[in-house]
Amino acid sequence: MTNQTSPHKKTNLKNKTVALFATCLVDVMRPNIGFAAAKLLTDAGVHVVVPEGQTCCGQPALNSGALDDARKVARTLIDAFAGYDYVIVPSGSCAGTVVAHYSELFKDDKKWKPAADDLAARTFELTTFLVDIMGADIADVSYDGVATYHDSCSGLRELGIKDQPRKLLGGVRGLELTEMQEADVCCGFGGLFSIKLGEISTAIVDKKTDNIIATSADTLLGGDLGCLMNMSGRLSRRGKNVKVYHIAEVLAGMTNIPPIGGPDGEDKK
Amino acid sequence: MSHKKANLFTYDHPTCHNFSANAHEALLDKNLQTQLSRITREGFQQKRFDAIHRLDEGEFDLLRDRAQEIKTDALANLDVYLERFEQNVTAAGGKVHWAASANDAREIILKICQDANAKTVTKGKSMVSEEIGLNQYLEQNGMRPVETDLGEYILQLRDEPPSHIIAPAFHLAKSEVEDVFRRHHGDLDPARDISQPAQLLNEARQVLRGDFISADVGITGANMLVAETGTALIVTNEGNGDLTQSLPPVHIALSSIEKIVPTLEDASTLLRVLARSATGQDVTVYTTFFTGPARPADLDGPKEFHLVLLDNGRSKTLGSEFSEALRCIRCGACMNHCPVFGSVGGHAYGWVYPGPIGSVLTPLMVGIDEAHTLPDASTLCGRCQAVCPVRIPLPELLRRHRVKSFTAGKAGWLTRVGLRLWSFVASRPKLYHAIASFKVRAWKIISGKRGYISYVPFIGGWTNTRDMPSPQGKTFMDLWKQKNK
Repeated sequence: MTNQTSPHKKTNLKNKTVALFATCLVDVMRPNIGFAAAKLLTDAGVHVVVPEGQTCCGQPALNSGALDDARKVARTLIDAFAGYDYVIVPSGSCAGTVVAHYSELFKDDKKWKPAADDLAARTFELTTFLVDIMGADIADVSYDGVATYHDSCSGLRELGIKDQPRKLLGGVRGLELTEMQEADVCCGFGGLFSIKLGEISTAIVDKKTDNIIATSADTLLGGDLGCLMNMSGRLSRRGKNVKVYHIAEVLAGMTNIPPIGGPDGEDKK
Repeated sequence: MSHKKANLFTYDHPTCHNFSANAHEALLDKNLQTQLSRITREGFQQKRFDAIHRLDEGEFDLLRDRAQEIKTDALANLDVYLERFEQNVTAAGGKVHWAASANDAREIILKICQDANAKTVTKGKSMVSEEIGLNQYLEQNGMRPVETDLGEYILQLRDEPPSHIIAPAFHLAKSEVEDVFRRHHGDLDPARDISQPAQLLNEARQVLRGDFISADVGITGANMLVAETGTALIVTNEGNGDLTQSLPPVHIALSSIEKIVPTLEDASTLLRVLARSATGQDVTVYTTFFTGPARPADLDGPKEFHLVLLDNGRSKTLGSEFSEALRCIRCGACMNHCPVFGSVGGHAYGWVYPGPIGSVLTPLMVGIDEAHTLPDASTLCGRCQAVCPVRIPLPELLRRHRVKSFTAGKAGWLTRVGLRLWSFVASRPKLYHAIASFKVRAWKIISGKRGYISYVPFIGGWTNTRDMPSPQGKTFMDLWKQKNK
């Protein structure tokens, strides 16, 4: 397990530039999360840029055993983010791919290994960066509801993300956080697993959604869009009315659009 | 009379290739689903958690660090420790038999049984004996093997393989055990009450007593082999292992080469993590050490002691990228905490070792052609690694199998062509963003204002049971550019 927590906490990064890696899923499915991440970083005092050369971290290929394809995509990401002090990702899973797997992926590549290690050292998941590196606080944001938080596996076990999101949510006015049973157990997403072994994936997400429903929370939050889409998709198919948002959307006060999988309302962005 | 399901594997007929179909059956099996929920979530997971928290804060992690070191050292110097072990077994009056393959091990054991003119052979629980299909082989050659562990005994009556490495019959409900006992114990009073677990255990004890006494040979496994003393040890909770080991005139311990540890001190460290990780006990009810046959002054114990050491591909694994899997001490914690195992149970995996560690070991033992399905049977959530007492990086080992199987062309053409096409596009940002923009707009138009769609071609695996949330309408990259012109 890699622990990203830096010993020199709460670095003064005012006016520094950080690069946002929105991730392929956020890019396509839910730009609001990207804008929310950018707002949180800007509010915390750093300058945010979005490098145009970004696409995906390569995880779908990495987890399929297609290492050549994974490297091809990873090199694109390494190039796109060369030179920035920090690379911030609103996903523990994509950040985990870079931080915990790029080094191994390029272990036999003399040319790319140093660049891969270098990117890994500069890459942080959003809530970890805000809490552990910037010491940021959430202020002047409110959310009216009872929320429960799902710990996504890669973030939890590859990057040690557990307390950071809860600490930040503690600063949101009106939000009551209630913990579900087995919050740290997989939701059954697993990327392509959810499609290739859909029945098992469904059995797993059924247990997860049972645990969510048992809390009576009206809102489900998490830090990884893939897991959130999986849980939202199952909740919706089971006819359960739970609003699903990415944590960044709530922290940035940007829940003025329909929740993930929710119908379009009047107040479209 | 066999009541086993038609699709269950045997050691020489794995059904790993049918993993999806096996899993489908398992998900529909109501008894199994009840047992899975009861045994894994409410049982083993909670008990392990409690056991760890009875220790001092951080103590269990220190023990795990030490356990990992011990096994790593033992594997790095395996040849030295194995030779030392053999010398010490020999000095104690026992004999070590080296078995390169499953077939070698079977033949060695049969020969020992034949030399002893054996008819009845009692057996303690041994996963290695499942790995080599020992019972079938002994039966084919005129012996009567009798399983004496309660779970294994039940399975022997049902002619089924174990579905868990430490709780072999956990998939069966009480009533199913009662059924099989009533069928097989025909000479007992049909009106007897055996509805409670204690009554079932008691009945098995009574039935087995005669076999314990009349057995010509006793076969046990061995959880560890201690090099410095030539001692083998087993952990049990029923005491059946002791009776199997000490009552018959001949004792055969069947084990595999990676079970070696250098010293008794090391063995005791591993025992401290083994029971806590497995059943959540501080220590098992019985921990039995045996060194050679009975000595002249001993009141009981076997006249002959044989230790059969199985390799069966392990020495090849030792030098490979999968060598860390050999640290495994067979506690079962990885399967107890695996969401996939927790959904489908052990039989679905289609061979002797199920769960995450099984998905790593099985392809090494039965080949990737048969078992390439197993490394895919994981969300790579990492909970297995998090609970492993010897910190085996199971998700990484599963990924390595995926690489091997992808390289060998085991992935379907759709996956291969799809990934190639995707990586071609995703390594060309301009092209990628143009396609993404187009795709998202089209998708948004198709899904309308409902917020999700209920069917998407090619990903029925998702949309059969889950809605697919709709995209917001434009890509982040497009919107960001627009906003920051």
